[in-house]
Amino acid sequence: MSGGVDSAVAAARAVEAGHDVTGVHLALSKNPQTYRTGARGCCTIEDSRDARRAADVIGIPFYIWDMAERFHEDVVEDFYAEYANGRTPNPCLRCNEKIKFAAVLDRAMALGFDAVATGHYARKGDDGLLRRAVDPGKDQSYVLAVLTPAQLAHSIFPLGDTPKDQVRTEAETRGLAVAQKPDSHDICFIADGDTSGFLKNRLGAKEGEIVDAASGEVLGSHDGSHQFTIGQRHGLGLKRPAADGRPRYVLSITPVDNRVQVGPREALRVDRIRTGRPVWLAPERTGSFDAEVQLRAHGEVYPARVTADGDGLTARLRKPAFGVAAGQALVVYDPDAGDGDAVLASGTIEETGGADEPASADESALSLSGTESTRG
Amino acid sequence: MAYLDHAATTPMLPQALDAYVRTARALGNASSLHGSGRTARRTVEEARERIGEALGAKPGEVIFTGSGTEADNLAVKGVHWSRRAEGRNLVVTTAIEHHAIADAVAWLGDHEKADVTELPVDKLGRVDTAVLADLLESRGAEVTVLTCMWANNEVGTLQPVAEIAALAQAHGIPVHTDAIQAVGHVPVDFAASGAAALALSGHKLGGPTGTGALLLRRDVKAVPLLHGGGQEREIRSGTLDVPGIAALAEAVAHAVRTQEVESQRLALLRDSLVEGIRALVPDSIYNGDPDSRLPGNAHFSFPGCEGDALLMLLDAAGVECATGSACSAGIAQPSHVLLAMGADADDARSSLRFTLGWSTTKADVDALLAAIPEAVRRAKTAGLSLRLIT
Repeated sequence: MSGGVDSAVAAARAVEAGHDVTGVHLALSKNPQTYRTGARGCCTIEDSRDARRAADVIGIPFYIWDMAERFHEDVVEDFYAEYANGRTPNPCLRCNEKIKFAAVLDRAMALGFDAVATGHYARKGDDGLLRRAVDPGKDQSYVLAVLTPAQLAHSIFPLGDTPKDQVRTEAETRGLAVAQKPDSHDICFIADGDTSGFLKNRLGAKEGEIVDAASGEVLGSHDGSHQFTIGQRHGLGLKRPAADGRPRYVLSITPVDNRVQVGPREALRVDRIRTGRPVWLAPERTGSFDAEVQLRAHGEVYPARVTADGDGLTARLRKPAFGVAAGQALVVYDPDAGDGDAVLASGTIEETGGADEPASADESALSLSGTESTRG
Repeated sequence: MAYLDHAATTPMLPQALDAYVRTARALGNASSLHGSGRTARRTVEEARERIGEALGAKPGEVIFTGSGTEADNLAVKGVHWSRRAEGRNLVVTTAIEHHAIADAVAWLGDHEKADVTELPVDKLGRVDTAVLADLLESRGAEVTVLTCMWANNEVGTLQPVAEIAALAQAHGIPVHTDAIQAVGHVPVDFAASGAAALALSGHKLGGPTGTGALLLRRDVKAVPLLHGGGQEREIRSGTLDVPGIAALAEAVAHAVRTQEVESQRLALLRDSLVEGIRALVPDSIYNGDPDSRLPGNAHFSFPGCEGDALLMLLDAAGVECATGSACSAGIAQPSHVLLAMGADADDARSSLRFTLGWSTTKADVDALLAAIPEAVRRAKTAGLSLRLIT
């Protein structure tokens, strides 16, 4: 129970479903701040108090579990390492994979519980498959697509069938004080929302070049390649406009020589995506099949031809994507308008390729792209 | 439900509750000059006399406060401020004090630029008086105040307060003792102890929460924390809580009067609890001084278990106890007391404190012994899973 409205209502619904429920708030920081500021952060002392008050109202026992060390090692350190490698991690997805449905679930099972229930917006079908929530704006199946079938079997998502505004109304009706608490949507461990400053603090500032991807001409300088995300247009600090007067975007980031390449939007075009070893939430498939893929949380959905081999997934997009980030997840969905699209598999994006290139052969043709990660 | 957390708070004694309710119905500010005021004042002064009599203090040495924490803060800060002088700015404390002392002393260090020295303890949690003797030899003239608890709130070890006070007295140093866990549970005689100040708290001995007292020798000056009406010897301001004070006196008088018999009863129950746990969980570690300890205290480490996992499992089984750790923002920290006693961080996080009180019966101990094997089994399976095994 984060102290937000979703987990509070999820807990209340789990109780009503007849489960013997215990509320757990995860302490993810060794030195939590006292109060939250705006919609940022989710682990302040005030949040744990909100969670405790919700548990009181629901009438369940409540405890705080200290996950700070695990969270730091598995999520925060991973976040730094990924950025240092020019990739764009999704820490919420990592937290679900390593903390909420791993460390927490393992501990809960050992202590005699049967499942972890969360306020995530996703459905679990009668077939045990993970499916999109009915509220398309809130659907969080993307950040849950790293769960193995075993983890999924011990997970409960009581909110998947309800639109968010109804969850707020329900919280109001239940007398939960968090009913109108704003959603948190930034990265919880970056309290001030300044991701760039957070990274600079740890990874340091080091001057490097901004170059034109086509001509190789040096256009400007920067103080650390981890400050940039692929597809970024603003804040490049370039003095001269491009020859054609059109905007320039970050196309690639090469941490080894601390270099940022820029170019026109067309150069961000991605038609093929290759992932690392996939996680199968549905029975594993081999060979090629038609499906839909999603490349970032709350991002666009692309029809694609997906080919699975033992080592990874290759998705050939039916329509191009722009600004695809290595380090983000490619999630494969089986479209189902009735029960909600079912998650088949996911894999971490390793390589992307444009229209006419082979998907993995020539490394220099690959664009390693980044987007904003979104919490979940 | 088996309540084994009496060191956190113990139920109000029926006679204290009666005294509270009876007095709370009466009108009167003890500082008022009219009849109602005089009646209230009489209640307060009779309470002061009863507490003094029960604890070997003169009535004038009893200063009523709003909590044990306030009494501790008033003694340590107040006496430090009053004695601070050129060449005298050293506060001597111990490594195992409750936060009411430890944090007050740390604040004096950080904010008031006091020098602070901490006396170490042995593996049973007993303060090392030899270290103190050496310290006083070399720096005795610098000390403003020396503070040492009477009995440790976590592991229950009794401290050699009289010996410490005698050492300090030779250097003219006032000693404060936090006796919040001790009063009513072991014999406490303020005058005989040689201490200059002693803190007690109502809700640890059957009185109301929100009441406390500082026993402060008449010749010891303390700078007030609170300024106002100067109701208590010009050292403590605030309208006197007449019903709270009446109930506190009732509880102190009762607890002290029955202390000897009650301690024997509790010690027997406690010993059966300790034997039971040792038999059921052979690898458990019984912490603290096995002999010289509070009669109602049993403190264990359960290697391989998280204290907070055990607490949760026992709570679910209807047994209420405490982890041996302080809490910071709800996050269990390894106990500074166990660390000071030489335990490693894992053992310090794997501990539970069971504390017995006046309402404890054999049934409570039996409930714990029935629940502990399964709780330990499960907690062991969960292990130290919250942390990285490095």
